[in-house]
Amino acid sequence: MPSTKSNWLTPATKMGLSIALATGLYGISFGALSIAAGLNLWQTVALSALMFTGGSQFAFIGVLSGGGAASAAFSAATLLGVRNAVYGMQIKQSLRPSPRAVPFMAQVTIDESTATSLGQASLSERHRGFWTAGLGVYVLWNLFTLMGALLGERMGDPAAWGLDGAAVAAFLGLLWPRLKSAQPIVVACAAATVTAFAVPLTVPGVPILITAGCAVLFAVLTGRHTKPATEHGQLQQVDQEKT
Amino acid sequence: MSELSWWLLGACAAAFALKISGYFVPRRVLDSPLMSHVAATLTVALLASLVTMNAVTSGQELIIDARIGALAAATIALIFKAPYLVVVLVGALAAVALRATGLAA
Repeated sequence: MPSTKSNWLTPATKMGLSIALATGLYGISFGALSIAAGLNLWQTVALSALMFTGGSQFAFIGVLSGGGAASAAFSAATLLGVRNAVYGMQIKQSLRPSPRAVPFMAQVTIDESTATSLGQASLSERHRGFWTAGLGVYVLWNLFTLMGALLGERMGDPAAWGLDGAAVAAFLGLLWPRLKSAQPIVVACAAATVTAFAVPLTVPGVPILITAGCAVLFAVLTGRHTKPATEHGQLQQVDQEKT
Repeated sequence: MSELSWWLLGACAAAFALKISGYFVPRRVLDSPLMSHVAATLTVALLASLVTMNAVTSGQELIIDARIGALAAATIALIFKAPYLVVVLVGALAAVALRATGLAA
């Protein structure tokens, strides 16, 4: 018993399950708010099962409840989903998926699965992190969406349970192990600053894309000039097992 | 089916198309030394951005509320090398405690 348990409960799966629970519970809030925004039960369930990217789903119902048109809801949700394309590239580079697995992996390529996977040191742990967080969030998010849709607005405020605090801690916990040398710390502080400045100036979903663009630009510039230093620095260690 | 349902299904299809499009970037491009440097930098930047979005934003507004307390509590837990689940729980408890005591919204 203890040996099977320790095989299965690795740091990556524990991390994946924790983040799946914290995020999945938010589904209650989504389900309740979606019904309040005027969607029916099937539309609400379809958004969680098919769209399955929380930010886009909240944007879609948010536009509708604010009196916006369905086409505007479509645009807001799609814009917010652009970051998942960036995540797909990261996961492909990091996990080396087989082509047959790609359609399934794509559907669970979201903030949580990407972050959990990229937070791991070894290739097998990155796989376990991706699938545990991805499938864990998928199952719980859909389950709790249905519950929220049926129970209504009484259950709708995730802040009352401290889930918004849990989300902050969850993402910080994933970032933390990477802040071991000067350059990633500078990158993290700069990224946080860029995001904070971009939030009031752009529509939701765009700040993270602006931040990603700045990070890529910075990496391309520093990568050209300091290649020998970065290849042997802390920054590359997490990617060493990829071959 | 209503017009809204068609837009909804279209948005779902667009979301999947975006997710899978990243996987179509050729491996050759992703494997260059420059790209692994870009990927490592991008990961840190994306995580820091997600922390910021979850800690201090609400829609298009910057807001200081109980989530800042959660961020501080989680930082302390991480400094003391707490396990991941403990860090997440500390974040949730800090937010609940700050709201219950009326110290933060």
